[in-house]
Amino acid sequence: MLKFLIEKEFKQLLRHSFLPKLVIAMPCIILLVFPWVASYEVKNVSLCVVDNDHSTLSSRLMQKVAASAHFRLAATASGYSRAMQSIESGDADIILEIQPSFEEQLMRGGEGQVMLSVNAVNGVKGSLGSAYLLSLLSDYAAELRSERIPAPAVAAVGSIRLLPTYFFNPRLNYKAYMIPALMVLLLTLLCGFLPALNIVSEKEAGTIEQLNVTPVGKLTFILAKLTPYWLVGFIALSIGFALAALLYHITPAGSFGTIYFFSAIYILAISGFGLLISSYSDAMQQAMLLAFFFIMILALTSGLFTPVSSMPQWAQYITVFNPLKYFMQVMRMVYLKGSGIGDLLPQLIALCGFAVFSNTWATLSYKKSK
Amino acid sequence: MKALSVNNVSRSYGKVQALKNVSFEVEQGELFGLIGPDGAGKTTLIRILATLLLADSGRATVDGLDAVRDYRAIRRRVGYMPGRFSLYQDLSVEENLNFFASIFNATVRESYHLIQGIYRQIEPFKSRRAGKLSGGMKQKLALCCALIHKPSLLFLDEPTTGVDPVSRREFWDMLASLRQQGITIVVSTPYMDEALRCDRIALMKEGGCLKIETPQNIIRQFPHTLWSVQGDPMYRLLKDLRRHEDVISSFAFGDAHHVAVRSERITTLQLEENLKMLDYKNVEVKEITPTVEDCYMQLTMDNEQ
Repeated sequence: MLKFLIEKEFKQLLRHSFLPKLVIAMPCIILLVFPWVASYEVKNVSLCVVDNDHSTLSSRLMQKVAASAHFRLAATASGYSRAMQSIESGDADIILEIQPSFEEQLMRGGEGQVMLSVNAVNGVKGSLGSAYLLSLLSDYAAELRSERIPAPAVAAVGSIRLLPTYFFNPRLNYKAYMIPALMVLLLTLLCGFLPALNIVSEKEAGTIEQLNVTPVGKLTFILAKLTPYWLVGFIALSIGFALAALLYHITPAGSFGTIYFFSAIYILAISGFGLLISSYSDAMQQAMLLAFFFIMILALTSGLFTPVSSMPQWAQYITVFNPLKYFMQVMRMVYLKGSGIGDLLPQLIALCGFAVFSNTWATLSYKKSK
Repeated sequence: MKALSVNNVSRSYGKVQALKNVSFEVEQGELFGLIGPDGAGKTTLIRILATLLLADSGRATVDGLDAVRDYRAIRRRVGYMPGRFSLYQDLSVEENLNFFASIFNATVRESYHLIQGIYRQIEPFKSRRAGKLSGGMKQKLALCCALIHKPSLLFLDEPTTGVDPVSRREFWDMLASLRQQGITIVVSTPYMDEALRCDRIALMKEGGCLKIETPQNIIRQFPHTLWSVQGDPMYRLLKDLRRHEDVISSFAFGDAHHVAVRSERITTLQLEENLKMLDYKNVEVKEITPTVEDCYMQLTMDNEQ
């Protein structure tokens, strides 16, 4: 009996005018657009420079800053108050004010003074922008020092050189970090939303009435509903893998087997959650809104953009109940660190727990008579 | 064993009481009609019998099986056709049929003799999607699907609502032939003229049964003499008839008024004269046999008094 029900689900899915296209289009759009848009890097910070010194060293500093990819020299102003206007009008994000006698002080072996004023409306842009600028300035200072003091003397004075090594993602490529997480989002959207709309669409079409008077059992019914989403999820995920490898040259350090294994469990968990919403909803609109609400919250607390560890303690407790979080950890660990199933046991247990919980509840909540 | 037995079944939706202490029995092989306007409780009753709805109180048995406790066994032996078309519109005629057969662990071949007469009419369109069929054909397909597992009892909820008159007649012919094959059929309809095609009917109103009888007996038991009265203008005529001292009741029935009279005190000719004096034109009064609808109106009135 299960076989026929599954066959019917597939027929309906394939004959749908829109869904098969969505399964192909969604991974493409997510992987083509999101890695560029969902970026941590701050680029093109508009800079307004007030050069009160007009010396060789101050203009060399300006050139250095303008040459950086992070900054765009938006304007030069004659005074601080003029520069402030450009911040107020939104033309500039940071003012770099070079104090008078900047060069003179430096030449005398004193301190050349520079002031930074940052627009902090967008906190990330402000703090990262000023950090970039600070590192540029310290670079410049080191440059000047090495020019003026002969190398042996520097060695005699002694200095600290920083040599950071970044593990797993040596070039700090944010795409390598985001793309595995975006695939989680992809699976969640496809395998969470579609089941949420499925049972309720049978309610709206009235077909559930006819099915309810048959001997089809609850578990059979739910299993038949779940099966197609495995296939849908695997297809979308495979397209995602291919695109990530082709476009961004990002392939998992670990095995695809581990990823597919975890995906199978995750799809089960999230589809069960979708079916649960569906069996409690009376109309498509209701199911749609509910699913949207939950998926939004789950995505935001999953660590997709902000690391879970930087959330407040109470929010971290909430994320314990977020299956997205665990699957996102799995994807990032397999992709970047090359973890295997043995390294991911806590996540495995959590995801299995969610799968059992949501599907048991969905099965129990589907009532054939009222 | 009765095919169906309903004892004091009640059901409410919030404050609205949809069924009030309904009791009746249906014999094996009977074609039983639930007749009444919208809101009479027909659908609620059928859904309770089809194990889709639980009654608040009372007990119902289907083929001797309890509608609550033995719902699984009942679902195997009843066929149900909801009022709204509820087959898969994106599957073809043939696929729908095969699907419903297979979930009952049956095959179309096993029950082909049962649906043959009906299925032949839609067979030319068997590869067409169910959603693309005409209204009458949808009903035929739905009936086929309800019969595919050889049920001993068939519940049909307003199968002829929204179907053209020719298809309606055809549909009742199909039910008659199914009945001859020994299937018990419970069918609801708001069309009073269809009542005559049933063996027995329950006239329902506001959640209760006014009367359960054969349609012939219901007509025979009409307590008054019934006349059909025509005359221009019709609307004023209805009011004047209701005011007439020898008239018991008067209802508008299409192009004529059906009037129950005290025939011991007045004749058709006398009434005609009376009306002509009141300045009516084209007056025509003649005795008629009551229809089920006349009986329904009469019973409703008696019930209210």
